Amino acid sequence: MNDTQNSLMKTDKPVGIVGYGAYVPRFRLPASEVSKMWTGGTGGVPIQEKAVNGLDEDVVSMSIEAARNALNRAEIDPQLIRAVWVGSESHPYAVKPTSTIVAEAIGAVPHTQAADWEFACKAGTEAMQAAIGFVGSGMARYALSIGMDTAQGRPGDALEYTAAAGGAAILIGSAAEAVAIIEASYSFVTDTPDFWRRAHAQYPSHGDRFTGEPAYFKHIMGAAEALLTGLERTAADYQWAIFHQPNAKFPERAAEMLGFSKAQIQPGLLSPRIGNTYAGSAVIGLTATLDIAQPGDLILMVSYGSGAGSDAFSFRVTDHILAVRDRAPKTEEYITRRQLIDYATYTRYRDKLKMA
Amino acid sequence: MEVSRHWRLRTQRYSLVGEICPNCGVKLFPPRDVCLECEAPAKELFTFTGLGEVYSYTTIYDAPAGFERYVPYTVALVKLAEGPLVTAQLTDVAAEDVQMGMPVEMVTRKLTEDGPEGMIVYGYKFRPISLTA
Repeated sequence: MNDTQNSLMKTDKPVGIVGYGAYVPRFRLPASEVSKMWTGGTGGVPIQEKAVNGLDEDVVSMSIEAARNALNRAEIDPQLIRAVWVGSESHPYAVKPTSTIVAEAIGAVPHTQAADWEFACKAGTEAMQAAIGFVGSGMARYALSIGMDTAQGRPGDALEYTAAAGGAAILIGSAAEAVAIIEASYSFVTDTPDFWRRAHAQYPSHGDRFTGEPAYFKHIMGAAEALLTGLERTAADYQWAIFHQPNAKFPERAAEMLGFSKAQIQPGLLSPRIGNTYAGSAVIGLTATLDIAQPGDLILMVSYGSGAGSDAFSFRVTDHILAVRDRAPKTEEYITRRQLIDYATYTRYRDKLKMA
Repeated sequence: MEVSRHWRLRTQRYSLVGEICPNCGVKLFPPRDVCLECEAPAKELFTFTGLGEVYSYTTIYDAPAGFERYVPYTVALVKLAEGPLVTAQLTDVAAEDVQMGMPVEMVTRKLTEDGPEGMIVYGYKFRPISLTA
């Protein structure tokens, strides 16, 4: 890469996050339950517990609540939203948009764009980047992007410990109204088959250790380094950073490789307590960080989606954050609102029992 | 499943949109186009806040068709802050923790689905108010 300065993704008009909202369902499955079921309780577990959606929850209902939280913070007329974009790998319908249901529920229809996005765990930031372009080009005053998942974990698989439910909605608008201004973003993508789910398959397949170096780390580092170089920054310039969190270890190591301290990633590192929320993972780390950030703080967020690619974003928090953040429940409130369930209840809630 | 009937009800189901009587100011849910108090035409839309309290409740163990997978679940009469009584499921709460007078808020959840290949129906339920703001 010779010319990263020119290839940073920047908008013509300055844009930012004008509202944000998280959602985490209240059920938690301790990783020890999975271990007890499949390994006799031996061996380590990658996280403490993961969030599990209830019987009446899916990506549609969860996106609606996150979107309402984002709108309550922004205090705008939903009729001014010109795009509702939901990124997920758990859309309830294979054909029939999640986004039209969400748009209807928040009162954004009918004069709006709506679409569902898919790129494994980075579908949410993909929608966000499109929303930035939509607003930054002047095509829309506001665009709503959502990353939300109810991730599928094959019984007994390594990913069953972490595949979780949750996510966040990010409302993009002009920088003048923003709680955080988007300085630039950068995307880094290759064809890397580390994880996939074929059409009609109930559970995903993955390449075990292949998901690490050539997949997660290569793309996270590729996007993050190009963005930092382009902005002529280092980790020391940032107060906070969020990396996609399939477990606790990967984001900690990515942070270390880029020179970020544990303190810088701590507010957004939620995977130990809620698991990997897939398309929601990076964006809910961002909402948790915005809940505690101070005006002037710089935030780096880098998503990762299998298949594979990363989107890196640089944000500058504004004074407006102080007026806005208490208008909706904070991410931490959703995380502490929890009810533990056992493995048997989990199999019922996640439709793992075949009745016929 | 009657797709068109569910589609027709989507606005009131997703976001508690009812009506307000332009004559006497009474708020109506579900929307009926005629005021229950003064019988004047009432077609002006009104979006309820979704806040209310449990007026009465019962727990369902033997569910009607389409709701079997959710048992046991609690159905309540919810007194909305703006006046009307609404029948709805409670969610995010165990049956033994429900009390009359308990403050609740509206959430949009999955109500039922027409089998694994059919339409999914979403609509209002109520849950205890536990989150701030």
